[in-house]
Amino acid sequence: MTEPLLKIQNLEAWYGESKALHGMSFDVRPGELVTLIGRNGAGKSTTLRSIMGIVPKRTGSILFDGTELTGKRTFQIARTGIAYCPEERAIFSSLNVAENLTLPPVLKAGGIADSELLRQFPNLQRRLKSQGTKLSGGEQQMLAIARILRTGARFLLLDEPSEGLAPVVVKEIGEQIRQLKAQGFTILLVEQNLSFARKVADRHVVVENGVVVDTLTNSELEADMARVKTYLGV
Amino acid sequence: MTRYLLLAALAVVALIAPFFVYPILLMTILCFMVFASSFNLLLGYAGLLCFGHAMFFGTGAYIGGWLMKEGGLSIELAFLVTALSMAVLGWLVGLISARRGGIQFAMITLAISQFIYFLLLRAPFTHGEDGLQRIPRSDLFGVVDVSSNLSLYYLVLAISVAAIWFFYRIVHSPFGEVLRAIRDNEGRVESLGFVPERFKIVALTLSAGLAGLAGAMKASVFQIATLHDLSFHVSGTIIFMALLGGLGTLAGPIVGAALIVLLTDHLAQFGEWALIIQGSVFLAVILFFRKGLVGELQAFVKRRTARA
Amino acid sequence: MFDHISIQLLLGQLLIGLINGSFYAMLSLGLAIIFGLIHVVNFAHGAQYMLGAFVALLLLNHLGIPYWGALFIAPVVVGAIGYAMERTILKPLRNLDHLYSLLATFAAVLIIEGLMRLEFGSTGLPYASPLPGGINLGFMFLPWYRGWVVVFSLVVCIATWLLIEKTKLGSYLRAANERPEIVESFGINVPLMMSLTYAFGVGLAGLGGVLAAPIYQVSPSMGSNLMIVIFAVVVIGGMGSILGAILTGYLIGIVEGLTKVFYPEASNLAIFVIMIIALILRPNGLFSSPESSR
Repeated sequence: MTEPLLKIQNLEAWYGESKALHGMSFDVRPGELVTLIGRNGAGKSTTLRSIMGIVPKRTGSILFDGTELTGKRTFQIARTGIAYCPEERAIFSSLNVAENLTLPPVLKAGGIADSELLRQFPNLQRRLKSQGTKLSGGEQQMLAIARILRTGARFLLLDEPSEGLAPVVVKEIGEQIRQLKAQGFTILLVEQNLSFARKVADRHVVVENGVVVDTLTNSELEADMARVKTYLGV
Repeated sequence: MTRYLLLAALAVVALIAPFFVYPILLMTILCFMVFASSFNLLLGYAGLLCFGHAMFFGTGAYIGGWLMKEGGLSIELAFLVTALSMAVLGWLVGLISARRGGIQFAMITLAISQFIYFLLLRAPFTHGEDGLQRIPRSDLFGVVDVSSNLSLYYLVLAISVAAIWFFYRIVHSPFGEVLRAIRDNEGRVESLGFVPERFKIVALTLSAGLAGLAGAMKASVFQIATLHDLSFHVSGTIIFMALLGGLGTLAGPIVGAALIVLLTDHLAQFGEWALIIQGSVFLAVILFFRKGLVGELQAFVKRRTARA
Repeated sequence: MFDHISIQLLLGQLLIGLINGSFYAMLSLGLAIIFGLIHVVNFAHGAQYMLGAFVALLLLNHLGIPYWGALFIAPVVVGAIGYAMERTILKPLRNLDHLYSLLATFAAVLIIEGLMRLEFGSTGLPYASPLPGGINLGFMFLPWYRGWVVVFSLVVCIATWLLIEKTKLGSYLRAANERPEIVESFGINVPLMMSLTYAFGVGLAGLGGVLAAPIYQVSPSMGSNLMIVIFAVVVIGGMGSILGAILTGYLIGIVEGLTKVFYPEASNLAIFVIMIIALILRPNGLFSSPESSR
């Protein structure tokens, strides 16, 4: 068994007075695609934000590729080789598509070249001069994923890329994510859409009230859908 | 119980104070206590930083002074008419500015106050740079003579206590509750069906009225109204008073007003240093004691009782 | 009523308006950049402008460095002062209500102006024009130096605008204006960028001060009156709108000049009347886009 690329132990996080994570522990191994599943407000997004250092306060241990991240600031964490795509996509309205795409700087070797990105996400090619926020939801999601691939980060944090998108677009996003995995990216994905999650992931970490309550492989998920559905409350 | 004892002690001190301290200084403190409370109503309770609050104070001084000197009004009528007219001014300012929150409100009120400054500089009845001088202390109700410092002191004391009591009633009324809710979370208040803008306008109207009253009292105390009263310097001082004492507490700005008036009185001899010291203390309060003196004291007492 | 107003007077006042407008534009530009990125209403902008003028004066009198040297050195010195101010008094307030940073810069003004008055007194000090003489335009005499101010400040405004709208650095700034934490998650040191942005805006104020030194008297209070006008300009132009600040700056200068011709008594009031009308008609500012409103 390989060493985990990301090892989170007893992670706690706060927003002001209220505690959002109560001691999360889980691993992600190199090349793996892991989803965090759970109900709304379980702490899935907060986990990604804590890894990235975008929460006011966090304690515990986040070990990435041998480096402890909890003492580091957001931009330093990014430079260790992690890229983050937020739930709201955060496409900048004051920048056009090309500017949005090339905004993240190249931090390390191994990033995907811009020309390759445009080949991989052909929808963006035609809209380069448009205002970023004029794109459709699906295109914005593509753009949000595409732009973080150029930094050279090999570990991606994707927060609900399927949210609010039409089934046909979700399918396309799923295809893109599988392709990224094939290209060797390690991915931690927050997902509420189970049917989407099981098509792309190797393992599923179930989050409830800010702690990990279960971990299932994809085959275990298939075998025990009923149990998983009680976790998600569906 | 201790509260009533404290109030009684305060009352005794206030009544005998003019026999030990120069009454003019005491009256200045009282005027600024009312003025600081009016500012507190906006920033402390409604979260609105009025950066040109001196416009109500200074204009109030002119109007009150003019009513007594040229209008021949008795002192209490002059005060009342001034307070009402400044309330109207506050309402007008609110109409223009209340839609904007936070920073924009601060900048707009500052600019409006500057507008009024230049307007009054040009207006004939203000006598420009000289100011409105030799304002008489008109008789109370047209019969009671309050021209001596001592008798005027008791009048100013009575009005100030009434004004602060009025302020207390406002912030503890349902209206005050809504104001605080707007300060803490405007969106939620709006979702409950209130129109925050209207509440802000009313708060500004009431606050302006109180500030105008304070200005008119000041005009009767010093018997002069000048442009300095509505200068930006005074607007800055009143922010300082409120912040030093503790915003959003009843006593904070009152304590702050007393301290700053006394401090200014002492520092006057130091010239430029006065400004530098004032700025440094102000900065220290902003950086380290944002709750202000009374606020920090309350927090301290709360911690003590929580531990006990 | 226009009969007795000569064309000379009109053109002359327009030119004076343009010169004043140059200062308004440059200063409100810096204020808008600072507000746009770090949401600080920099009340010390006028004091920093004054410091720029004093640095130029001291460079000349004590080190013999002439105007043209001061034009480069003074903004850097004042910008460095700004950087130190940001680190010490603004950074600790970053996550609080923006009112606190406004009040902190206001307190800084009291200290800076007080210290300067203590050291240099309140009277204005002269700074000799580096470009004496001028040209007779027929309708008025234009000193070379004033012409230089108009041209130079226009160049500075356009260059700054291009920097923000057309360069990579500018796109970082614009993006960080919208979502600082996301830009930081791309590996950009946003906190440092914020400090440097403040320093840059303050440096622009310092540059304005150097430009002003030969025209106005150099005195500790030279910035405080200007400050409130600049605030009004930024409100009219739309808070944080770069182009709005520049255009409104020139516009206000010119309108002020015209008021002096037609209704001299109201020239001080014109700005504020415009502001009130603009607020009623366009509450988010004349040049703001719907998305930049908050």
